[in-house]
Amino acid sequence: MSAVSFDHVSRHFGEVKAVDGVSLDIPEGEFFAMLGPSGSGKTTCLRLIAGFERPTSGRISIFGEQVADLPPYKRHVNTVFQDYALFPHLNVIDNVAYGLMIAGQGRKARHAAAEQALEMVRLGGYGTRKPSELSGGQRQRVALARALVNKPRVLLLDEPLGALDLKLREQMQEELKGLQRQLGITFVFVTHDQGEALSMADRVAVFNEGRIIQVGAPEDIYFRPEVPFVADFVGSSNVLPAPLVARLTGTESPAAIRPERVRLAGEGPLKAVVTGLSFLGLSTRVTLDVEGTRMTALLPQDAARPTVGETVALAWAEGDLHLMRGGA
Amino acid sequence: MSAATDTLTARDGVSTRLSDTLWRRPKLLLVLLLLPPVLWLGIIYLGSLFALLLQSFFSIDHFSGLINYEFTLRTYAELFTPANFDIIVRTVTMAACTTLASAVIAFPIACYAARFAKGRWRAVFYLGIMMPLWSSYLVKIYAWKLILAKEGILTWALEGLHLNWLLDAYLALPVVGGNSLSVSTTGTFIVFVYVWMPFMILPIQAALERVPVSMLEASGDLGARPGQTFRHVLFPLALPGIVAGSIFTFSLTLGDYIIPQIIGTSRLFIGQAVYQHQGIAGNIPLAAAFAVVPIVIMGVYLYIAKRMGAFDAL
Repeated sequence: MSAVSFDHVSRHFGEVKAVDGVSLDIPEGEFFAMLGPSGSGKTTCLRLIAGFERPTSGRISIFGEQVADLPPYKRHVNTVFQDYALFPHLNVIDNVAYGLMIAGQGRKARHAAAEQALEMVRLGGYGTRKPSELSGGQRQRVALARALVNKPRVLLLDEPLGALDLKLREQMQEELKGLQRQLGITFVFVTHDQGEALSMADRVAVFNEGRIIQVGAPEDIYFRPEVPFVADFVGSSNVLPAPLVARLTGTESPAAIRPERVRLAGEGPLKAVVTGLSFLGLSTRVTLDVEGTRMTALLPQDAARPTVGETVALAWAEGDLHLMRGGA
Repeated sequence: MSAATDTLTARDGVSTRLSDTLWRRPKLLLVLLLLPPVLWLGIIYLGSLFALLLQSFFSIDHFSGLINYEFTLRTYAELFTPANFDIIVRTVTMAACTTLASAVIAFPIACYAARFAKGRWRAVFYLGIMMPLWSSYLVKIYAWKLILAKEGILTWALEGLHLNWLLDAYLALPVVGGNSLSVSTTGTFIVFVYVWMPFMILPIQAALERVPVSMLEASGDLGARPGQTFRHVLFPLALPGIVAGSIFTFSLTLGDYIIPQIIGTSRLFIGQAVYQHQGIAGNIPLAAAFAVVPIVIMGVYLYIAKRMGAFDAL
């Protein structure tokens, strides 16, 4: 049975179609990422699952139960908020134990459970502090413990790592992934960071303008984008326009090719002019002009470097040029 | 002389030199900036309060009417005579009731303003709250006297609705009742609540505006029904605002002497007692002792509020 299922769900705010006919199925135990630029409807989708928004039309079910008319407090899902939303007047342990207190558990039992949850996020012994005395990363863990202590069947995470610095973010990514594997809970994770989505999720849904553009495993999204938007948004692929591709392959449709798969060769199907070089450490990024279309190639450090203004030929292995549908 | 020195000396006026001096000595600037407010607060404000406090430790000679400048607690003992103590109890009870009623009425209004009012409606709200503060206090009170009087609009409206038996039944009650609303304790209460209401709404609204929506959503997400969210999250977070508002309504009611004089019974409130003792009776020490009562009550009130954690969410 799927943990979360959307059947042609729409949420309109007046004229704005925040979510526009989305259908999706998230199987139990999956780490599912919703990826998209801001305003693409991914957060609204998450809020529809949590119950903070009600769909304008369509059906939402959680473990087979229709939830469109259920208020948030009757759903077995918990949310980690983008701003953590810790209660400032309660200390850490009472924050974590809040859900259990509402459920009517005694003080001793709920504090024991909360302490255990805090240990799970490596904050054992922090119970007596106030949220204001914690760092951003620690608050994030408290928010996680506060959600997990209720043993939700689905955990919703709304850009939980957005406010952390890079190093902490990478560390938390691994921890979240580890926790999800260990607990086996379904995670629905909203992010605008493609690297985060690709590295953590079992499956990624790419959102744009209220619709799901493509759903698939990270490798599919990365190497086999179905439309130019996905190719461009997920890790900046080169998108070749349809007429150019028609000349190369005979098929009139846009195509994507990853910068790291583009080679500069003496012989090749495409001629390009080098317009810029930037040193990135592990590789060198070469910007190219192919008959007016901008392309980039990532050259390994040991490859011969062209000079700016030079005309080079581009080559790639069979299968690296990925044909897409037109349109969005 | 080099050209650089020339350009430096070129702008060497008095104000430039003064700015330079102040820039080099930031402490001097601080002292100059703080001197006027410290003088005001220290001498004029706290000084007169201290003089008042001092007066309350003197006593009056009831035969000659002269003040006896010797330290005594006799004046304070006089506060506890039944007649005077009644005044204190009456005033404190009125202040407490006014504060409670203001908080109960103000909370939903503040909630609406903080959470739901947008754009034009927000402006209408502020205008509605603030406009009564712009008009004269006395005009408002006399307007209320006309509303509440026996021949007033309220009686007229109730007669039209054939409900004046309800008003008559209420006025027949002891303590809160009277000849008409305008000469009853209830009338005093209504006008107090009306006059101090903005002072309760605005701090509560400010406190509620600082509560992010996500915090209320988080509470619901963790299983709390709206009532529980109110009790465990919204109310504790609004409490500093309620306490701030209640400081206004409570202390303003404790000190007011005009409203109970115009609307209400002939029984005195602390403010009226102070007014009469220092004016007609010339008993400055007792007036001072009466004036100390609200200060002590507010001190105790704030202490209890702090102990109960009212300021934890600040």
